[in-house]
Amino acid sequence: MSQTHREMNGAEIFLESLRKEGVDIIFGYPGGAVLGIYDKLYDCDFIHHILVRHEQGAAHMAEGYAKATGKVGVVLVTSGPGATNTVTGIADAYMDSIPIVVFTGQVPSKLIGNDAFQEADIVGITRPITKHNFLVREVDELASTIKKAFFIASTGRPGPVLVDMPKDMLAKITKFIYPDHVEIRGYKPTYSGHSQQIKKAANALRKAKRPLLYVGGGVVMSNADRELTLLARETGIPVTMTLQGLGSFPMTDDLSLGMLGMHGTFWANMATENCDLLISLGARFDDRVTGNTETFAKDAYKIQVDIDPTAIDKNVKVDLPIVGDLKNVLAELLTELAEKPVTTDFTDWWSMITKWKDACPLEFENSDGKLRAQYVLQRLSKMTKGEAVVVTDVGQHQMWTTQWYEFNHPRSHITSGGLGTMGFSVPAAIGAAFAIKDRPVISISGDGGFQMNMQELITAAAYKLPIKFIILNNSFLGMVRQWQDLFYKEKYSFTDLSKTNPNFVKVAEAFGCKAMSTDNPAEVDGLINEMMEYNDGPVLVEFKVVKEEMVFPMVPSGGSIRDIMVKRLDPNRLV
Amino acid sequence: MKKIISVLVENKFGALNRVATMFSGRGFNIHSISIGVTEDPEVSRMTIVTSGEANILDQVIKQLNRLIDIIKVIDLSAEHHVARELAMISVNYQKGIRSEIMNICEVFQGKVVDITIKSITIEVTGPPDKIDAIINMLTPYGIKDVARSGLVALKREEQIIIKPKKEVTIS
Ligand SMILES: Cc1ncc(C[n+]2csc(CCOP(=O)(O)OP(=O)(O)O)c2C)c(N)n1
Repeated sequence: MSQTHREMNGAEIFLESLRKEGVDIIFGYPGGAVLGIYDKLYDCDFIHHILVRHEQGAAHMAEGYAKATGKVGVVLVTSGPGATNTVTGIADAYMDSIPIVVFTGQVPSKLIGNDAFQEADIVGITRPITKHNFLVREVDELASTIKKAFFIASTGRPGPVLVDMPKDMLAKITKFIYPDHVEIRGYKPTYSGHSQQIKKAANALRKAKRPLLYVGGGVVMSNADRELTLLARETGIPVTMTLQGLGSFPMTDDLSLGMLGMHGTFWANMATENCDLLISLGARFDDRVTGNTETFAKDAYKIQVDIDPTAIDKNVKVDLPIVGDLKNVLAELLTELAEKPVTTDFTDWWSMITKWKDACPLEFENSDGKLRAQYVLQRLSKMTKGEAVVVTDVGQHQMWTTQWYEFNHPRSHITSGGLGTMGFSVPAAIGAAFAIKDRPVISISGDGGFQMNMQELITAAAYKLPIKFIILNNSFLGMVRQWQDLFYKEKYSFTDLSKTNPNFVKVAEAFGCKAMSTDNPAEVDGLINEMMEYNDGPVLVEFKVVKEEMVFPMVPSGGSIRDIMVKRLDPNRLV
Repeated sequence: MKKIISVLVENKFGALNRVATMFSGRGFNIHSISIGVTEDPEVSRMTIVTSGEANILDQVIKQLNRLIDIIKVIDLSAEHHVARELAMISVNYQKGIRSEIMNICEVFQGKVVDITIKSITIEVTGPPDKIDAIINMLTPYGIKDVARSGLVALKREEQIIIKPKKEVTIS
């Protein structure tokens, strides 16, 4: 070997390895087991360490950063409680296939298994919620393990990887050798789709009378939005998106039917029910999308493209599976279709869709002078021209955002879908804001979820991030209230926060944010303007909205489009 | 339905746990699992016998394939295969019955691996139904302990198949 390798301790190797991976920002919180790393971080000029206020915040920030950029988000925490505090974020990243790498300190090797101070078997705890995890026993294995961790997190179907590092290992010294490639014999993602299958898909497209593109988060992850847009526009096939797929195709385009599923548009769900060809692109037939799997697109020939073979046939049996990276598969499909295009006239199909759209548009009461969340979101969408990066929490406001904010770009809609983690929005928006400088980053939460990670407001303030935090305050755990209203005889068990919510303006101010509040629809535009123009740091606006509002349309859990609820049944009308 | 799954895994700590988690997470019982190193010291083979709904089992096989430490998963139930199990059965015996026990042992081509004036331990290998049968035969004499290895199995190579679809059973 001609090259000489410098001797370093584990902590230095950790930082140098991150540098090799192109990491320039990490979200972390110090503690005993990682003191060695923090000692080296103090003098490190190539990694920007963001000090959070709670390790769950760090994990969600890494997720927000990863979703906004497509790069791997990195977390560094100490052993025991530091590690266990990241668990919710890891599970969230696992469910939504977000590439993050979480580095945890561990007690010294010889104490492992001894119930040592601040010991937790984090490798055991996170085994079912990581794509893979490692315990690094020898300092010689640290660099190659980090290489593998980033490779596994970011390739194939992305996901979280955890690397557990005992304190003594980080202090040991060895030569720093960073491998330039990884070879894992049990891990070889399939990137190019089977040509014969793609030809069959093209044929199915040419034959279909009522085709529908059903688009999930996979399109965003594989950066295949351009290919998707071409496919839709060249064929004139309607596009419906899942929660994670929103933004992969412009919602202002006439071909967009908006979101499908439980709180999707009536016409998207009707199109799904009535299509004769369903082309699933990077979507996973989640139960919130399908409702009753027996009736979901039951007459359609189903094509499913996904990079993950386990996603195929998981919930719904498909007729034509294609395993591969969407960008490659769609490019090949486009080439096929360029040779022999789709020439079908979809006028009849579109007139059916238009009829459904007219029959049941998205609407809300807008004339009684009361403030509603939908109105705020509608104005926000118009005033930001659908150009912002919007990070939502979990609940009614999350669903209303999908209905009223018109996303026009991929990586603009960031939300916790699979796990449905309240408390996601505030830290995830912070993570996104560290990466996105040319577009506004807007966090939207309910009054309940906001309180789950509001400590991170001070992180936003400390780094002067110009994030717009919006609270749609309905004084209730709104989405739970809605279910209690519809399915539990209006027994509002432990969902009323009206008497116990904090003063959000004072909270925000105490955490170093500019803050405003209103319950008057006439003031909405003014406050949004003021919020958008303020760039000296974070700003919070509380919109006090009516508490009775419900998210419609709604296909009840496990139901089909036949069970759709469009409005609350008025008991008086039944008499 | 019952399935025999053969899994080649990296010989690393935690690999067994990952596989077991995959089954337990879906509420599947593992009837037997046996692990041993292969011709490559860095690779182990697990033979897992499990049962459950066919489509969920197919999903589990796919999920197993997704685990990073897993190199290959083979659904042996869908292939011609040879499967064997080893059992050690220790029997307490009264005077005068020893030869009866020895006879049974012989019929099943077993071996006596330990003997005292009160007990006898027999080693027997074969397909699981053969093991079940000898245990059945010995039960009346008073079985003290049974240790079964769980199934080990390999795919049968095509050219040596004499009677396709039918398992060759000894005795
Ligand atoms: C961590 C966590 N705990 C509980 C829930 C269950 N849950 C789902 S929505 C919801 C209510 C959310 O209320 P709020 O944050 O005020 O938002 P809204 O629905 O009113 O918009 C709850 C409690 C959850 N999703 N996540």
